[in-house]
Amino acid sequence: MKKQNLLVILTGVAVGIAALALTALGNPANMGFCIACFERDTAGALGLHSAAKVQYLRPEILGLILGACVMALATKEFRAKSGSAPATRFFLGALVMIGALVFLGCPLRMVLRLGGGDLNALVGLAGFAAGIAVGALFLKKGFTLRRNYTAGRIEGSILPSVALLLVVLGLAVPAIFKASTEGPGAKHAPFLIALAIALVVGALAQRARLCMAGGIRDAILLKDCHLLYGGLAIFVTVLIGNLILGKFSLGFRSQPIAHSSELWNFLGMVIVGWGSVLLGGCPLRQLILAGEGSGDSAVTVFGMVLGAALAHNFNLAGSADSVNDAGEFVRGGISGAGKLVVGLAIAALLVISLLNSKKEAPEHA
Amino acid sequence: MLDARGLLCPMPVVMVQKELKKSAPAVLEILVDDKCAVENITRCAQTNGYEAAVQNRDGDMLVTLKKK
Repeated sequence: MKKQNLLVILTGVAVGIAALALTALGNPANMGFCIACFERDTAGALGLHSAAKVQYLRPEILGLILGACVMALATKEFRAKSGSAPATRFFLGALVMIGALVFLGCPLRMVLRLGGGDLNALVGLAGFAAGIAVGALFLKKGFTLRRNYTAGRIEGSILPSVALLLVVLGLAVPAIFKASTEGPGAKHAPFLIALAIALVVGALAQRARLCMAGGIRDAILLKDCHLLYGGLAIFVTVLIGNLILGKFSLGFRSQPIAHSSELWNFLGMVIVGWGSVLLGGCPLRQLILAGEGSGDSAVTVFGMVLGAALAHNFNLAGSADSVNDAGEFVRGGISGAGKLVVGLAIAALLVISLLNSKKEAPEHA
Repeated sequence: MLDARGLLCPMPVVMVQKELKKSAPAVLEILVDDKCAVENITRCAQTNGYEAAVQNRDGDMLVTLKKK
């Protein structure tokens, strides 16, 4: 087996085991990792939204950035770069986050949900793949957010520095951050253990170039399935783990922190897939690239945090299936405002894709 | 020579793939500044019957593809 394939498979297995461990240690079900949910929780911890049930400074996000940063420094791959359409990237980051919160999970959580038997994630996967296919079509048509350029070291260090500062504050004065007392935000693994696990996963993801969108994109665009193996390895690992631990529950209804409004699961992930291709990587990959010194990815992460705040301040995020006091099943889904914004987000992706696509000859030096 | 510096993945490898399909050159040089791009281009080259060699050039990387 090729070395690169082996690395991405081993990283996928490590991410799967880490997700199972984090769930066993206190994270919500099928949410060992979720970049969207955890950035949303972190936005809540910082007081950027006031949804009381989803506020917690998630060390997983901070650890992923710092782990990637340490690995990039160790392998001399840390390069401060920026200048590739930062405002567009900020906006796309917000759209991707809103799409993910409509579905209730990033692409990584989508795979973890699948491994837990949540068939709504299969609908999400179909939407994700459809969105990636549309994005890939625009890449073929010449879509580009233009070049980035070498920047000062400080530009590439902003997000890793913020992550480090938040770790220090989270350990030294945790009371300054908002923290849920009930709901998903109240469920979390111990801070230091989650941080340590995320540091390792961040370092591995940096080496393996793990990207949930990249796997499907490269298979469509380049007939290269290399990155797909990572996603498959995560799925198989989590599936086996959940079967052994008795956590596997196959079905659509009442899955943990998920809803069964399938059209909106599909469309939410269309936004995530399409937006991720335009951005050059999924939400996880954006964290890793920001750790490697990409100012453009740091801006994207800030956009995602804003998107998370907007999603909850304006009731755009999905609400999970539930059971009412009479014991009846209540189907979750999204609000009228959420549906409107999903439509607008898809329209915005189309406009951005069209306006940044151009037929051009290859650029020769 | 293709200049793919500053372009995020998968753009460098997409450029290379287009060029290989368009003109099937005996030799193709690509200037990149990202190791991830080097890895992607190398895999693409192998799939298309090329061998890849990488040299450092003033902090960037010059990937030379030669038809096998």
